Amino acid sequence: MDNYADILIVGAGVVGCALARELSRFQVSVAVVDRGWDVAEGASKANSGIVHAGYDAVPGSLKAKYNVEGANMFASLCDSLGVPYSRCGALVVGFSDEDRKTLELLLDRGLRNGVPDMKLLSGEEARALEPNLNPAVTCALLVPTSGIVSPYELTFALADDAALNGVSFHLGTAVSAVKPLPDGGFLAETDRGPWRCRIFLNCAGTSSAVFHNQLCKESPLKITYRRGQYYLLDRPKAPPFARTIFQCPSAMGKGVLVSPTVHGNVLLGPSAEDIDDPTDTAVTQSGLDSVMERVRMTWPAVSLRTNITNFSGIRAHEESGDFVIGPVPGCPGAYETVGIESPGLSSAPAIARDLAARIAEAEHLAPRAERVPYRKPLRPFREMTPEEQQEAIRKDPRYGTIVCRCEVITEAEIVAAAHRPVPAQTIDAVKRRTRAGMGRCQGGFCSPRVAAILSRETGIPLIDITKNGGESYLLTGTLTEEAERRNQA
Amino acid sequence: MTDLQHVDILIIGAGPAGLAAAISAREDGIESLLVLERESQPGGILRQCIHNGFGLHRFKEELTGPEYAQRDIDRARELNIPIECGVTVLSVSPDRIVTCVSPTFGLRRIEAGAVILAMGCRERPRGALCTPGTRCAGIYSAGTAQRFVNLEGFMPGKRVVILGSGDIGLIMARRMTLQGAKVLACVEIMPFSSGLNRNIVQCLQDYDIPLLLSHTVTDIRGKERLESVTVSQVDQHRRPIPGTEQVFSCDTLLLSVGLIPENELSEGAGVQISPATSGAVVSDSFETSVPGVFACGNVLHVHDLVDHVSNESFRAGHAAAAFVRNRSSQPVPQAFIQVKDGAGVRGAVPQKIRPDPVSPVTIMFRPADVYRNATAVVACGDKELLRKKAMIFTPGEMVALDLKPELLRGMASTDTLTVRIE
Repeated sequence: MDNYADILIVGAGVVGCALARELSRFQVSVAVVDRGWDVAEGASKANSGIVHAGYDAVPGSLKAKYNVEGANMFASLCDSLGVPYSRCGALVVGFSDEDRKTLELLLDRGLRNGVPDMKLLSGEEARALEPNLNPAVTCALLVPTSGIVSPYELTFALADDAALNGVSFHLGTAVSAVKPLPDGGFLAETDRGPWRCRIFLNCAGTSSAVFHNQLCKESPLKITYRRGQYYLLDRPKAPPFARTIFQCPSAMGKGVLVSPTVHGNVLLGPSAEDIDDPTDTAVTQSGLDSVMERVRMTWPAVSLRTNITNFSGIRAHEESGDFVIGPVPGCPGAYETVGIESPGLSSAPAIARDLAARIAEAEHLAPRAERVPYRKPLRPFREMTPEEQQEAIRKDPRYGTIVCRCEVITEAEIVAAAHRPVPAQTIDAVKRRTRAGMGRCQGGFCSPRVAAILSRETGIPLIDITKNGGESYLLTGTLTEEAERRNQA
Repeated sequence: MTDLQHVDILIIGAGPAGLAAAISAREDGIESLLVLERESQPGGILRQCIHNGFGLHRFKEELTGPEYAQRDIDRARELNIPIECGVTVLSVSPDRIVTCVSPTFGLRRIEAGAVILAMGCRERPRGALCTPGTRCAGIYSAGTAQRFVNLEGFMPGKRVVILGSGDIGLIMARRMTLQGAKVLACVEIMPFSSGLNRNIVQCLQDYDIPLLLSHTVTDIRGKERLESVTVSQVDQHRRPIPGTEQVFSCDTLLLSVGLIPENELSEGAGVQISPATSGAVVSDSFETSVPGVFACGNVLHVHDLVDHVSNESFRAGHAAAAFVRNRSSQPVPQAFIQVKDGAGVRGAVPQKIRPDPVSPVTIMFRPADVYRNATAVVACGDKELLRKKAMIFTPGEMVALDLKPELLRGMASTDTLTVRIE
């Protein structure tokens, strides 16, 4: 028999998971499918992690509406879900009279979008706030309400809360096609068998236009895959910048930023280039070079000596330049969020709240009376006071074994990650949930140990543990097998 | 939080450096000492170095890593040196209070008369290189692969390219070959290898594994598991030369691109770190800039041979013992003779020498380049104190220059020694 859910959500990114969580408030079965082997496997894990204040979006656009509404939801949402978030503020810096005009335009847009407390600064005033800024900076827009968040941890928390409230997650499941059924509802073909549903919800990121166009041939949408490449630097002893530093935005996006992360690293990027393959998350020399060229304008003293890793994410840019959100035209029961690029992360909570309410009304969904309370992730050992650490080890001795020494992650935290409502099943899933392997040695020390713990906790044989699902296996065999193979040969 | 415990000497790390320091401190009569080790057994990285070639200098024998370590472990046991395993040190304060954690004891604070830092080093990861490409599975530091093969009995791959010709990479080229993997090439960005010559001969040449000097990996491909790497020749500025690309189809890339002394605890204690070695700045007694905190072995500077690590650490243990015994009677020297890197010298250790030393001082360093028929010189201004000739100096092999006390007699703390190759 086919798999069935009342609501099938395609895409376990931040928008799909936020919608899953909102829809778990109603008396319907909700299933989320994603081709990735974890939630947040697309743009949601590889972006700048900025909660934009909302000065950049064109007033009246969906981007402006949802950005400002969403950004206002972050503080309480992240607090209730235990997600790292900081309202660190931002500076948009300019180097010329032309840039100053752009900043004035941004200030005007921000005022019209309802962004509070912005201020135009001179170069000197900007450097007084951020002494590592380039002396060539002549003007800046101060945006105190800009924030930073851990985008993938937000997505995990949304997914966990949804899962606790009955949403089922089907990862490593790629949807190839969706079609309406004659008697109502939809059939989605996947590489793991078909799914039927009453309500189809397209949150498929880079693939979102594909499903839109299958359901709505009359007014097709076009997604451009826009890749952004980054550098992530080790936690410096003294952060070079307290705020996110943007340069003036261009047609290709918000430009290259230099930003602290919620975990105290320094993020540089992104580049912007349109590519053909929506899964090609490689970094390239030219892409990285273009990032550094721009970063040096903001931060002339930048050094890559402490670079930890490079990565890239792919933004789904819709031709219209705005989000496409709502019912799929001419296709009752189908809803979509298409073209969710920046400020998609900032907008996600508001998109989910709004669209879920619209779906509930249109589809006559009855609210659930009760909700399973959220279970926050295990408190990181490194953030505890010594007294709390002592108590934690007394209760669970696995808190006394440090597995990742760069980030000081304990065995207890890794075990807990493997038993979350949406459990970590891979090395990367553990890494993003606990930070084990996120540090300066990049898992050189801890990955064999994480693999062993994961194998023990999940029952997956060590030989089958993967970095990130699929064929991303760590090991190709045992020494004994290899010896036997050679004896036979 | 439990009560503050006290020991005279606390040693962080039970690898070859920590073991040697503990042994010499105990032999000097220090009763109260403690070695903390985060692994489940002492021995450090030697436990996974099952190849031979260790101990030629110290024991005049060719031992495997575990055999070499066992000699020190046995000696430490004879001396009843307490080694606590499964204990991770979280911090060292400038006044030598060490906070550590273990499943059995929880969080503990230990006040030490002297601390010896012997945490060793770690491998430089891919991120340090900013190599373009995907972030697929199958990319390991050579030491991680060595752990999988030698300690856990697993093969990390079948078709292997090795980037970097550091010793661990060379050793793993042979190890993977012996276990049935195909090692396609060892790729080195420099025009020379940073590994020991004997390893190039015994681990690459004996197995017909090409060593591509002045080459590097310029692209990494594979969506899930590694599928191929692109190798390009580089010019004298280490920039890839377009048109020289070769694609190697492989499932594994091992990185042997350098070791970094693991000094996060040292920095937390306020220890001054040398940019040249990435280890502590120390005096000839291996004392760091923080009084009573000593450093030895690969946490101080990355050695070529474990024999040198042991010898250095014996001296550090003696010095820490002397510090603990004499701290009330002897003034701490405030001024030192400075040791500077001259031409061709990278990271001379120690960086400072107490005036009028009573025992010989050994200056160790790595040559910055390959020099043939050259001379290492220690000079004070125009005055040459020591000359040591060699057929070849290479970055892969450390140079040790022994300065007798009489050579340094009468030198003032305002004097500077320069070490150079000419």
